[in-house]
Amino acid sequence: MARAASSTSLNRRKFLTGAAVAGAAVAPAAQAAVTVQTVPPRPSALRPSAAVAAAEIGTPQAAPAGQGVPASDFMADVIKSLDIAFVPCNPAQSFRGLHESLIDYGSNKNPEFVTCTHEEASVAMAHGYFKIAGKPLLVLCHGTVGLQHAAMAIYNAWCDRVPVIVMGGTDLDAARRPPGVPTFHSAQDIAALVRDFTKWDDQPVSLPHFAQSFVRAYKLAMTPPHEPVMIALDCGLQETWIGDRAKLSIPRYVPTAPPQGDLNAVREAARLLANAERPLIVADKCARTDNGVRLLVELAETLQAPVFDQKGRMNFPNTHPLFQNARAQALLREADVILGLELSDYWGTVNGYIDNGENDGAGLQETKIKPNAKLIGISSVLLNTKSNYQDFQRLQVLDIEMAGDAEATLPALIEAVKQALPASRKAAIEARGEKFKKAWAEARERTRQAAAYAWDASPISTARMAMEVYAQIKDLDWSSVGGDRQLSSWPSRLWPMDKHYRHIGGPGGYGIGYGAPAAVGAALANRALGRFSVNFQPDGDLMFSPGVLWTAARHKIPLLTVMHNNRGYHQEVMHVQRMANRRQRVAYLGKDLGPMGTRIENPAIDYAKLASSLGVYSAGPIADPKELAPALKKAVAAVKAGEPALVDVVAQPR
Amino acid sequence: MRLASALAIVAMTAGPALAASAEHGKLAFMQHGCWECHGTMGQGSIATSGGKRIAPDPLPWEAFSAFVRSSNRSMPAFSEKILSDADLADIYAYLQSIPKPPDVNSIELLKQ
Repeated sequence: MARAASSTSLNRRKFLTGAAVAGAAVAPAAQAAVTVQTVPPRPSALRPSAAVAAAEIGTPQAAPAGQGVPASDFMADVIKSLDIAFVPCNPAQSFRGLHESLIDYGSNKNPEFVTCTHEEASVAMAHGYFKIAGKPLLVLCHGTVGLQHAAMAIYNAWCDRVPVIVMGGTDLDAARRPPGVPTFHSAQDIAALVRDFTKWDDQPVSLPHFAQSFVRAYKLAMTPPHEPVMIALDCGLQETWIGDRAKLSIPRYVPTAPPQGDLNAVREAARLLANAERPLIVADKCARTDNGVRLLVELAETLQAPVFDQKGRMNFPNTHPLFQNARAQALLREADVILGLELSDYWGTVNGYIDNGENDGAGLQETKIKPNAKLIGISSVLLNTKSNYQDFQRLQVLDIEMAGDAEATLPALIEAVKQALPASRKAAIEARGEKFKKAWAEARERTRQAAAYAWDASPISTARMAMEVYAQIKDLDWSSVGGDRQLSSWPSRLWPMDKHYRHIGGPGGYGIGYGAPAAVGAALANRALGRFSVNFQPDGDLMFSPGVLWTAARHKIPLLTVMHNNRGYHQEVMHVQRMANRRQRVAYLGKDLGPMGTRIENPAIDYAKLASSLGVYSAGPIADPKELAPALKKAVAAVKAGEPALVDVVAQPR
Repeated sequence: MRLASALAIVAMTAGPALAASAEHGKLAFMQHGCWECHGTMGQGSIATSGGKRIAPDPLPWEAFSAFVRSSNRSMPAFSEKILSDADLADIYAYLQSIPKPPDVNSIELLKQ
């Protein structure tokens, strides 16, 4: 509903935007009244005139409604100054002013609207997009309700160290906002909802304040540790009018240099690593860019140290002989020095936990490492930790801990390691490398052998599913934009992950509903780069926001979705089974294949029909492995033609 | 899924004393949730069974049954109260009936 500003009543928004100007104008007049009675001392400087003060403050007088420039046009200029490519959102009244400015004044370019069917999908799309493009998106959320929809996806982005610029519409002026629905959707401090898992938030009350806040938000989000930020966007402020646009300026964005580990600590870490007999490098969210991969390879080769890639990002090529994930647990047990780079859970890396009910129900907890092993850590997250949500994990005491960005610290660490390496150890270090070449080849062969088991099974084995897909895309410039833990990591065990974009890690906070929209967001980024995107999509995850398939069809985002359809919330299938066993009870299945309440069957969901109804090319369900190749071939052709496609594969649980 | 035979009598030297049915064993394998972590053909997963396979060629019966009854690691124990001796013997027969996989070098998609 459009609202015209009254010309007679006190307009709070005009007051806000004009208050500084009025203040500057009133002050000299008041002083003039005083001069009648006393002779003032000569001022050291003349006070500025009202016009000069207004220009310095940069706050223009509000124009009468319908005259001048819409305030949200200026907001669009601010947003455009940061070259944001897309704005995924579900439309809403609370940001209608900005919406209209972006598409009409801003020509729907940089950013371009991407219509989403749920705010959780909007944020997750931005999450996936960043991990390919390296640039954040703006997400608009509607008031109290839209932001609550978005909250889980913001938490995932927070845990995954991904920047998203979230703007939540709200209508602050209780006396002016429409009653009923818009008031239900407003809050006095809307950002409080997500403050525990955003890096910074603000609620600008004037246009100069908006410009400062938006540029600051972008800058903070893009400084490691990357995190989501939140701006509450007053509905009324968007809909005011600017008298003189030329008086408003936009702060220039200058990227902040990422924080580096302390140089003394870097040298001490290098000394330990250079003199270690069995050093081990563990990387989780270390490589933010291609260069991060290159640097990690250089460090590993300098030390001939094995790398355990926890795959929060694509950190290290699995084609490299020092990639030793298959022997990670043995290497942890043997290591005398462990370097952890941006680990989400250092404690969980060096300690074991078994959910077996022992220890008064807390489970078995035991160290994995030698008592005298030295632990080194580099993590930027130390610079930005909050209290409430427990994403900081258990405290692990380290011998050397650096608060800094691992990728930014690697050049100094590599240099320090080169200087610290004793010449006398050169032969031993080279021999270490030879040993890992052999171990890599043996592990590769074991993995290949393991993949052959259940090769002809129905439901289709996850190894077969992965390799049938690979056969269809191996000659393309592919990018795996979904997680693969739930299919026994076959793609990252058997496909050559040799570039930073070959996979994008996981959801961060493990909130279900990330997979499909993050894949669509990453595919949107890959589209501009001419890459082929593929996502192994868990069935339970898809049903949190299946509407994102429509978004992919609507915006012609090429993405091959391969349903890992195990017809269950399988982690929970196993959890409830474990509880039943522990309590000496037979789990009640009803007519299902797993404990009641954990399966997605009776009826089974037909994902091909679902996708088809949303405008996506589809095939399946396919339970016979022999039928996979022809179906995938057609789907790949559809994706190569620029469309999304989905193949529903009835598959083994893991 | 293929079964080696509808009814398998477990070899006396390696199997349980009870005559066992591989066909019923497959049913029990599914109903008691074994498939959840081990896959429907016992192929296992690095995500749920530490990468260990339980078929083909399962552990000798004594070790197999002892582990199922008393596991205190990630796999929860299955007591006789929730899994009978007869069902466990049938499950073992099912695992024994699962054929070996094809030679990996005969699988075009795994030649690398």
